Amino acid sequence: MIIDHPLLGPRDAQEFAILGDASLIDRPDWQAEDAAKLFHDYLHLRDNPAGEHRELWFHEQGDRSWLVVTRSTLTHEVLKVELARDVAIARGRDR
Amino acid sequence: MSGPFRFDGGPIDRSVSLAFRFDGRSLSGHPGDTLASALLANGVRLVGRSFKYHRPRGVFTAGSEEPSALVELRGGAWREPNTRATVAELFDGLEAFSQNYRGSLRRDLLAVNDLLAPFLSAGFYYKTFMWPKSFWERVYEPVIRASAGLGRLSGEADPDSYDKGFLHCDLLIVGAGPAGLAAALAAGRSGARVILADEDFVMGGRLNAETHEVNGRSGADWAAEAVRELASMNRVRLLPRTTVTGAYDHGVYGALERRTDHLAAANGKPRQVLWRIYSKRAILAAGATERPIAFGGNDRPGVMLAGAVRAYANRFAVGAGQRVGLFTNNDDGWRTAADLARKGVEVAAIIDARDRESVAEVPGARIVMGGRVTATRGRHGLKEVALATGERIGLDCLAVSGGWNPNVHLTCHHGGKPVWRDGIAAFVPGDLPPGMTVAGAAGGAFTTAAALIEGHRAAVEALGELGLPADAGDAPGASDEAANVAPFWHVAESRGRAWLDLQNDVTVKDVVQAHGEGFRSVEHLKRYTTLGMATDQGKTANVGALAIMAEQTGRTIAETGTTMFRPPYTPVPIAAFAGRSRGRDFRPTRLTPSHDWAAERGAVFVEAGAWLRAQWFPRPGETYWRQSVDREVLQTRGSVGICDVTTLGKIDIQGRDAQEFLNRIYANGFATLAVGKVRYGLMLREDGIAYDDGTTARLGENHFVMTTTTVNAVLVFRNMEFARQCLWPGLDVHLISVTEQWAQFAVAGPNSRALLGKIVDPEHDISNEAFPFMACGEVGVCGGAPARLFRISFSGELAYELVVPARYGEALMEALMAAGEEFDAVAYGTEALGVMRIEKGHAAANELNGQTTARMLGMQRMVSKRKDCIGNILSERPEMNREDGLELVGFRPVNRSEELPSGAHFLSIGAEAAMANDEGWMTSVAWSPELGHSIGLGFIRNGHARIGETVRAWDGVRGRDVAVEIVSAHFLDPDGERLRG
Repeated sequence: MIIDHPLLGPRDAQEFAILGDASLIDRPDWQAEDAAKLFHDYLHLRDNPAGEHRELWFHEQGDRSWLVVTRSTLTHEVLKVELARDVAIARGRDR
Repeated sequence: MSGPFRFDGGPIDRSVSLAFRFDGRSLSGHPGDTLASALLANGVRLVGRSFKYHRPRGVFTAGSEEPSALVELRGGAWREPNTRATVAELFDGLEAFSQNYRGSLRRDLLAVNDLLAPFLSAGFYYKTFMWPKSFWERVYEPVIRASAGLGRLSGEADPDSYDKGFLHCDLLIVGAGPAGLAAALAAGRSGARVILADEDFVMGGRLNAETHEVNGRSGADWAAEAVRELASMNRVRLLPRTTVTGAYDHGVYGALERRTDHLAAANGKPRQVLWRIYSKRAILAAGATERPIAFGGNDRPGVMLAGAVRAYANRFAVGAGQRVGLFTNNDDGWRTAADLARKGVEVAAIIDARDRESVAEVPGARIVMGGRVTATRGRHGLKEVALATGERIGLDCLAVSGGWNPNVHLTCHHGGKPVWRDGIAAFVPGDLPPGMTVAGAAGGAFTTAAALIEGHRAAVEALGELGLPADAGDAPGASDEAANVAPFWHVAESRGRAWLDLQNDVTVKDVVQAHGEGFRSVEHLKRYTTLGMATDQGKTANVGALAIMAEQTGRTIAETGTTMFRPPYTPVPIAAFAGRSRGRDFRPTRLTPSHDWAAERGAVFVEAGAWLRAQWFPRPGETYWRQSVDREVLQTRGSVGICDVTTLGKIDIQGRDAQEFLNRIYANGFATLAVGKVRYGLMLREDGIAYDDGTTARLGENHFVMTTTTVNAVLVFRNMEFARQCLWPGLDVHLISVTEQWAQFAVAGPNSRALLGKIVDPEHDISNEAFPFMACGEVGVCGGAPARLFRISFSGELAYELVVPARYGEALMEALMAAGEEFDAVAYGTEALGVMRIEKGHAAANELNGQTTARMLGMQRMVSKRKDCIGNILSERPEMNREDGLELVGFRPVNRSEELPSGAHFLSIGAEAAMANDEGWMTSVAWSPELGHSIGLGFIRNGHARIGETVRAWDGVRGRDVAVEIVSAHFLDPDGERLRG
């Protein structure tokens, strides 16, 4: 498997560690009324799609970027690779 | 050498003779021979015994699809079982042995199985070895194990070395037959980066086995010239003896290159190399495999595939028999008769299953159109065949052709399903992996002319897609020849067993029976009958069996479908997957800066993650490990000890928001840590379970240094980068791992300050007032060397950790020991470290085992509820905060002379040893030399309220049951006076 790193170009998947579903970026607000339920869902509930899946990969043997890799679980085609930091900022995460 | 089976001419190098042995018999062959061709040239036809019925078997094919001629090669630790004689290159001194018999190959005692055949059909094992259950392990398994399997492993470590490698190319071409060579020439001449891989040791594929002409010369000569031209191109890499075994994602292919298998000795070179090939485009030109026709007794030595008989004649100058017959359903089979007749071999009969006119005149041959071979005779080799008409014909070799199957395997590795094509009565590739095209016979184009054109065209198209210039010229031309195959799978008139899968002894009857018992799916058929399993994966068997199943179900072959082809195409040794990662090189070993110093002093080492750490330092006269460990503890607590703690993870954290970042990573507060101070920190997982602990020092306003436990160093860093990049990307903070950059030493004991006073440069005041407990700072040591000093204590003593750049680590160890001589300083290892932390009641990996909460560790008050941090919210779950939950406390034996069992479970006195009465477990135990008895830490329900109570420490594994008293976890200096002194 090859991941086209946005900064470094195509790299073998062996250089990466995978974490899982990119929804882990969307960590809930700790002060929310139902924070316990939100954190439970955040930690334990995942979609298991046949098709497009967004995953977090860490370039551990490389530049230590976290990436969001959009990939088809059916064909293994890599559809998009983004810096996770950019994705997080676009989703409104800040400080 | 020549003899009754070796012709004149051919590409065999007769100027050199190669001596080899088969079952101890001395024989000889020539360079260019395979073991199979050399055996046939010597008239050896009985090569082994079959898997189940122990039937005599011989050479059936001339390639990697061989199901029958499996042998053991070499001896001793080099013994390699189940090697296909058809792909083993002959070398001088080769030792080969037949396999799977008891007694002798010719008089195999287990051949009795053949008489029992009526009872041994499909599913025999499943049905027979069921009852009684008590026989499974005591009776059935030993009996089955003793008689099952083919060759024997040496049982010794593999003495050869293997390698792994990585290759990159524009175009990978799999197979160097006419299609592959035409493609390689087109791409190579255009300047593309090309890899051409072929499993054979001579490139050319069927061109070497046939008598076709290419561009007006012999196909073999044209192939040799093409290979010479390709070898001269510096952007073309030729990989003979290399099987492309798998098609993986994104143009990555796996390939096994046999580097020294064809040599008598590897001489230190890697025997095989497992290549990972990164290609932009790939052309599959893997050719086709001939398939047999099933008829009674068609497994007898001497019954061979027609194309193989032709290959032995044309390429190896070997006659597979002296009186040969042919049984075919297509024109291609007739080529065997023509080629053999040209070599002067007697072609006695041609039996063509098609009801049509004869294809050609073959002088002297009895030609039977619309004929059927129903049975064979001959104990250890073919002597006679019988036809459906009752006619008997004496033969020592019957060449059989049931048509050809394209080698579609690699096209299926991404889930593509082969498609049936009626015109050639075979499956051709369906959906292809991205980037792959198919050319030649692999795609069903069975003529040489078509293969050349398709290979050339595929290369030109691939270059076009890559935007590379194509300067390929014209495709080579060849005489065309059509096969006119008429599907014909098995002879219904046969009364004897008709084999489909020679390797697994699966017959037509087995498939019929499987159908009768309700197996319809081809995948079920495979598992039930074992058809298509083992080294050949049914390359000659599968399609015939599908045809029988289709007949049974009344469906077409297309509807019946094939089993899934998965990598590898041919067997790959586990050793090749391992490569160099064996023994001590299985993974890297990390050494501490003081490793050599410790090794010189006879230290005993222990693995800690990937590190080797000194476990203890035995002195002369110490014969038992605890003598050394007790001394190290007592000397440290009595004066001063030094321990290399470099393995702790170290993370440098900088930025305007570094403090805020740490405040969210750690469960306890870091918002108020002053510059020049160190704080203990506890990390939780997001689910609230305790994860890791360590200390973090604030060296400057925006500069912190964290330590983690040794084993979690990598994971903690990964998680912190996740938090930094994905959770709080707006924080101004940067991280870098500096574990390797700094050497770190614990200096512990009442004389530690005095010792450091001689090492730390005098301008730095390290008095208790200027540098109190939990102070930190940058200092100079040994006259100006940069260092960091932390006043922290894991042992409970007055203690420091001194940190220098890693390159000074060994020198600092020596300087500390030299300066410590006057204090009788001692180097201590991980055992003494562990004893002292248990005496002090500090949690370590035994306690932070992924099941424990902050509350269990007695740290619930540290978890700040006034801030956001990882794990904060879910640590509040009620079950994790029960009042009667487990709590970390200390334990000592009521009878002080007893040793505590670690891992023991706690039970109330009088309670039965049952799960329902389980009250917790002992996590860590040690002998305390200071207290003179065994001590332990553990989790027990409601522990703090039960100090003074006596319970049982019950250890069902070791059969121990010890009365223990619950005490404080702090066995020594509970108020911490020593470390503040």
